[in-house]
Amino acid sequence: MSALTFAAKDSATMLGREIKHSIRLLRLLIVSAIVVPVVMLLLFDYILGGTIGHGLGDAARGAPYIDFLVPGILIMAVAGSCGPTAINVTMDMTGGFVDRIRTMAVSRGALLAGHVGGSVLRMLVATAAVTGVALLLGFRPKASVADWVAVVGIIAAFSYALAWLSAAIGLVTRSVAAANGLTLPVSFLLPFLSSTFVPTASMPAGVRWFAANQPFTLVVDSLRALLSGAPVGNTAYLALVWCAAIALVSYLWAQASFRRGTRLT
Amino acid sequence: MKTLTDHATATAVSVTGLRKAYGEKVVVDSVDLTIGEGEVFALLGPNGAGKTTIVRILSTLIPADAGAVTVMGYDLRRDAGAVRGLIGVTGQFSAVDNLLTGEENLLLMGRLQHLPAADRRARAAQLLERFDLVEAARQTPATYSGGMTRRLDIAMTLMGRPRLIFLDEPTTGLDPRSRQIMWQLIRDLVAEGVTILLTTQYLEEADQLADRIAMLDHGRIVAAGTPEELKRRMPGAHFRLRFADAASLDKAAQELSEGTRDDEELTLRVPNEAGIRSLRNVLARLGDDAAVEDLSIHTPDLDDVFFAVTGNASKEDNS
Repeated sequence: MSALTFAAKDSATMLGREIKHSIRLLRLLIVSAIVVPVVMLLLFDYILGGTIGHGLGDAARGAPYIDFLVPGILIMAVAGSCGPTAINVTMDMTGGFVDRIRTMAVSRGALLAGHVGGSVLRMLVATAAVTGVALLLGFRPKASVADWVAVVGIIAAFSYALAWLSAAIGLVTRSVAAANGLTLPVSFLLPFLSSTFVPTASMPAGVRWFAANQPFTLVVDSLRALLSGAPVGNTAYLALVWCAAIALVSYLWAQASFRRGTRLT
Repeated sequence: MKTLTDHATATAVSVTGLRKAYGEKVVVDSVDLTIGEGEVFALLGPNGAGKTTIVRILSTLIPADAGAVTVMGYDLRRDAGAVRGLIGVTGQFSAVDNLLTGEENLLLMGRLQHLPAADRRARAAQLLERFDLVEAARQTPATYSGGMTRRLDIAMTLMGRPRLIFLDEPTTGLDPRSRQIMWQLIRDLVAEGVTILLTTQYLEEADQLADRIAMLDHGRIVAAGTPEELKRRMPGAHFRLRFADAASLDKAAQELSEGTRDDEELTLRVPNEAGIRSLRNVLARLGDDAAVEDLSIHTPDLDDVFFAVTGNASKEDNS
């Protein structure tokens, strides 16, 4: 067998391992990636939605607040998987497992490929589950089939980018608590500093510029336009460029950290 | 791509001039080693002596700063991939996957070793049986005792049928019974012709298991040889005699001039070179009326040996 076949085989083995891990940790994962976004959806739609919905004006395009809110909640479902991914990577790096793998004739990239693949799968499953709950709660998308394809594509690209970012964070942290702590800004702060809950135009001037231009907002705005059947314009391309940039930088960062790990005692 | 050297059939590991430093701190210094195939070689020394660093270098985890190493005939630098295919490593810290069951851990290793499915299952079942883990096979290591986890760890190492196994402190932290079981497992491996490099802090463990021992201190080999050779070099064995008063000590010190006296403690320390024969001799020379309050016999332990050889090493350095 060629080196490439071995690399594919080893990556598939590691992906299988991550899927098993996910099944064993199912309750934890359901809480962080499904329950938390659904609770946010309920809080914002039922408790705060009346007032926020009135204040939305043109941004809601005449639809109820839930239709504005759900695209943002979907990216929270993606971001909610960052913590578990970073933690899984940290556990492998700080335990003896990664050293065992490194002393075996296993292809170098397989371990991280398995983690990232598993992470993307978890993010997609969580997003699908949250979409289902949102539909039950009254979310009424007006997307065409082509729009839905684009929605899935953007969510997949965003998941891939955040999975590599989480893996990189997991590689540089030395404890599970640190891995979890370092992903919190990504999974919690960035959604609030984006157009997830309210349009960025309503934010204070200092925050507004950051919120309007950060990747989460571009992803949310693209999803919101696609799901409400409105024209997307360049936003979707900008969102994809952001995803590609985050994925590339995180990938290089992760690979460098992984190699550096080999040189430490 | 094979780069087998001429002596490959006889030599499992050959190390010359190995050196590793972290900044100013030299952790492995001018280490030379030769391990024959089928041999059990022990690296003996206290924490921080460089044992683990040597294992990490030889098992391809970290590069050396200098030195030439061949493992099973392959150059460590050029053919790390080939070396990895022939070795198995069980490190100091447990390298089992705590979310997978014991059996799943073994099957995972089988997949990563690219064993065919049938071979994988057969080998896993065989190792579970041999390592007394059949009942625990479907449980995760979270429920295992320390000894069981260590056994699973070694079983995982054996999935790929390595020809050279590194065991880094395989019994540290184990209770005496688990230690005995581990020793037997290691002896069984040797009987199958596997070469083993083990590190240990325990003289007894090296004595029990190893064909040859290298003692490490501050990254240098300070003594090497078979257990018997090393023991002969250990001047640590002695009798310690405590006397009732200074006069008795004076008298005894005259009789036993080879002894070292301690006037405050009123003790005399006499080398024990021939066991019971030495003891009989010492007592005979003291005579019947010597006022010996207490007699104790000290056999050399790792501390004695270690202080002895490091003492000799520093003398040699000074000359």
